[in-house]
Amino acid sequence: MTNPTPMDRREAVPALIGNADDFLIITGLAGAAKDVGAYTKEAPNTFLFGGAMGGASSTALGLALAQPEKQVLLVTGDGELLMSLGSLATIGAMQPKNLSILIVDNELYGETGDQNTHTSYGVDLAGVADSCGIGITRLVTTKDQIPEASKLLRQSNGPCLVVVKVAGGLPGNYSRNWHAEETKLAFRKALLGTR
Amino acid sequence: MAETPKKSWQEQVYDLLKAANIKFFTYVPDGGHKQLIIRCNKDPDVTAVPLTIETEGVAFAAGAHLGGERAVLLQQGSGVGNVINMLSLIDNGRFPFLTLVTMRGDFGEGNPWQNAMGRAVQTTLEAMNVRCLRAETEADVVPVVDAAIKMAFGAETAVAVLLSQRLLGAKAF
Repeated sequence: MTNPTPMDRREAVPALIGNADDFLIITGLAGAAKDVGAYTKEAPNTFLFGGAMGGASSTALGLALAQPEKQVLLVTGDGELLMSLGSLATIGAMQPKNLSILIVDNELYGETGDQNTHTSYGVDLAGVADSCGIGITRLVTTKDQIPEASKLLRQSNGPCLVVVKVAGGLPGNYSRNWHAEETKLAFRKALLGTR
Repeated sequence: MAETPKKSWQEQVYDLLKAANIKFFTYVPDGGHKQLIIRCNKDPDVTAVPLTIETEGVAFAAGAHLGGERAVLLQQGSGVGNVINMLSLIDNGRFPFLTLVTMRGDFGEGNPWQNAMGRAVQTTLEAMNVRCLRAETEADVVPVVDAAIKMAFGAETAVAVLLSQRLLGAKAF
């Protein structure tokens, strides 16, 4: 699929997230982790995956169900989500009211040399999510669609998923922490006041 | 006074998990877990989370811990083959992790498709830094699950309880 007006992810992702303090944020590995890391500087409300591809959506679900009063935002790439499409079915089955998902879809595996992902052949992740019972979905291809989508990510009436189509090219520039135990401890201390 | 009927080991395991404040029961169905799955789905105090693949339950447990809650993953031995790389999240994050694994491909197995994972379950889990505690008989189950709970959530390690086919009975073919 041709992206009519490919956006730069380094602008589109921060614009969609808006005030990061509104969320507890889980990101998938690679580009999405860098986009969010560059934006939040890994504030203690953010947990970035650095591996375990395909797991971010299930970690976000576990967090959302454990913290029903907080809005949880998953930010991940098209490739990462494609590895665990079944997790969308589980999210659809559980209907967490406080889980929002932002898919940064460049139609590429950017980390491994820009091989095409299935979305480049027309696989529609918002359509998959809709079929799984994730009732609120949006496909964002132009800048003027960002404000409404950003607002949707903040609603808490059921799971929602926004796919933002972005150009290939570098994600946010950020030297991230690779030690998940440190991130975990900081996250829990900020959220729960305990290690 | 009427004698109180002795609780089955499955009921005792459920009581132990609940007493340990485990809130989320994630599972891929298996005959050996049938009673636990029925119990957790009926109990309003806990949340039953059906999975499409065992991998999800590993990542879910990390998310629940980030949010201050405990989860257990119920799976069968063949599912262990699906979760190996996701255990890198548990290992690098040193997340507490508890899974109850009903074994296939061991004592008395008649289906050759089960043999490969039957041999590989403990080896692969241990390679990923998951401690394995085996329950071979009914008398083993409660003390083994009790120990696993302490190791997983007290010492914050990754622990698998392997429920032997000797305990569960081999499936007839």
